[in-house]
Amino acid sequence: MSALGLSVAGEVVDDFHAAALRRDHWRERLGLAALAAPALLLVTVTVLLPVGWLFGLSFFDDAGAPSLEHYRRMLAEPSYGRTFRTTFEISLATTAICILLGYPLAYFLSQLPRRAANLCMIAVLLPFWTSLLVRTYAWLVLLQRSGLINTWGMQLGLWSEPLQLVHNVGGTLIGMVHIMLPFLVLPLYGTMRAIDRDMLRAASSLGSTPAHGFWSVFFPLSLPGLAAGSALVFVLCLGFYVTPAMLGGGKVTMVSNRIANDIELFFNWGAASALGVVLLVITLVVLVLTARLSRGAGLFGGGH
Amino acid sequence: MPCPPILPSRSTLALLLSLAGAMPAFAQELTVVSFGGSYQEAQSKALFVPAAKALGIKLKEETYSSIADLRLKVKAGAVTWDVVASGSGSAARAGSEGILEKLDYKVIDTSSFVPGTAQDYCVGGDVFSTVLAWNTKTYGQNGPQNWADFWDIKKFPGKRSYRKGVAGALEPALMADGVPPEKVYEVLSQPGGVERAIKKIRELKPHIAVWWSSGAQHAQLMKDGEVDMITGWNGRFDVAAKDGAKVAYTFNQALLDYDCFAVAKGAPNKDLAMKFLAEISKPQYQAEFTKYITYGPTNKKAYDLGTIDAAYARTLPSHPDNAAKQVPIDLDWYTKFETQASAAYQNMLTE
Repeated sequence: MSALGLSVAGEVVDDFHAAALRRDHWRERLGLAALAAPALLLVTVTVLLPVGWLFGLSFFDDAGAPSLEHYRRMLAEPSYGRTFRTTFEISLATTAICILLGYPLAYFLSQLPRRAANLCMIAVLLPFWTSLLVRTYAWLVLLQRSGLINTWGMQLGLWSEPLQLVHNVGGTLIGMVHIMLPFLVLPLYGTMRAIDRDMLRAASSLGSTPAHGFWSVFFPLSLPGLAAGSALVFVLCLGFYVTPAMLGGGKVTMVSNRIANDIELFFNWGAASALGVVLLVITLVVLVLTARLSRGAGLFGGGH
Repeated sequence: MPCPPILPSRSTLALLLSLAGAMPAFAQELTVVSFGGSYQEAQSKALFVPAAKALGIKLKEETYSSIADLRLKVKAGAVTWDVVASGSGSAARAGSEGILEKLDYKVIDTSSFVPGTAQDYCVGGDVFSTVLAWNTKTYGQNGPQNWADFWDIKKFPGKRSYRKGVAGALEPALMADGVPPEKVYEVLSQPGGVERAIKKIRELKPHIAVWWSSGAQHAQLMKDGEVDMITGWNGRFDVAAKDGAKVAYTFNQALLDYDCFAVAKGAPNKDLAMKFLAEISKPQYQAEFTKYITYGPTNKKAYDLGTIDAAYARTLPSHPDNAAKQVPIDLDWYTKFETQASAAYQNMLTE
């Protein structure tokens, strides 16, 4: 009995401490929440409310009665499906090219001494100082029929007829990759910098070749950065408007171009909202999947 | 005893109302909204400011981007605009949708207007044309003369540019397919008419290098020599040619369209807006407007005033010689069929 009584008293003391700890924990949480409150409020007012309103609008027809008309139209007209397919194809292609160009670049930068790497990073960030519109126009000037590249190419005798470099998918991809590349390089570079060089040395002291060491140690460790950068690029591409509108020659219709078109045509936010809602849902799905994937990669590669 | 009335008695109320009604007499302010840019600048200098001065009212100018903005304002019951400048097609649809006031043609005199440029909800302000334009470096001064030439890739090899939207895109295709200009809308209204036009455009699709979506863009395309043949708005090509672009156009088989002024549903100063529209519809204002941009007057009397230079007048879309060669846009057709036709057009574009 006495032993039992003791243990009960011990539990009471434990409970008391646990309760105090829990209270502290909650107080801290509340404090943090209070700190975040202004930002949360701002996000609610500027993001959640308008998006929610837009979401609601898409379920009403022109007369204001609840209906799924806007979604039905998306299924009935083949052009909507094609628009979504184009959007994803272009976004995927841009992301893939960014990875092919950006990964070696980030790797190269991460191997440089800090000072040299910082200088190179400025070069990567420099385009951000110019407006997106100006950069897109610059590509138009370079790539068009009477543009610099065609003029030089023909003067050098490389080709005799002007090449169609812009107003098509190719021109759109060139413009988009140029604008998106820094978004991939930045997070990737950060991750690569943080990788412990001793790991690679350990690999080679255990007898791995440099290539094998790279693929079995460095690459898996860089995957979280690659996943973050790729997701960023992909999601930004999904909502791209200016570049496909200017460099696509009307042949590359992405969802945002279609939204603009539908607002003009139907005078109505509902039709456009429905497109926005579908794009938002698909984007969220992609984000969740990427988060899963990158967590898996982190577990696999980081070993923590 | 019931509560003593806090509300003013009926007679006080009447007094207040009459005061409120009298207020605008000394502080009448009219809000006019248009599309901004060089277009609104021309309107402001030639129409809005002089008309406000003549009527002795204050004027507030705003800009907007599309009639969807007005729709939101009307639906929200927060209309602050009186006079709205608009494209004729948008106005016709907005009118049928109930977001514009019916115009009072007892106040606005349109007896000398180009036929068809004054509709129930919108009174024409200027006339423009969707024309066939070509690169004079490629084809010289005597380029393609009609839509059949535009489609003739053997006689006129070269890159084309066509509109990305359906407005003004189907009519040329039917004319190229042999439909006489005056029968175009008849064919388009019949079942299969839209498909026939789209089939014709599909034929030309491999040769269409750019699908343009704005006036600024089609002017730029000709300035850069990016394409050899294009459809577009005459005023833009004139400006581009003045800037040194190698571009010429023909009014032959062009589509005659107009921009107009409407009054927003529930406009705060509806009656004043009607008077304002009556004022800017007078020929002297319209003649003045042509000095700033090559869009023609809707009021034919503007040509008789003698203030428009005779040689210049012949280059304007609504000049009788030019108007005779063109097909007037049929707004009824657009009101009825535009959304349907646009869906089919988008399907063709994304194929």
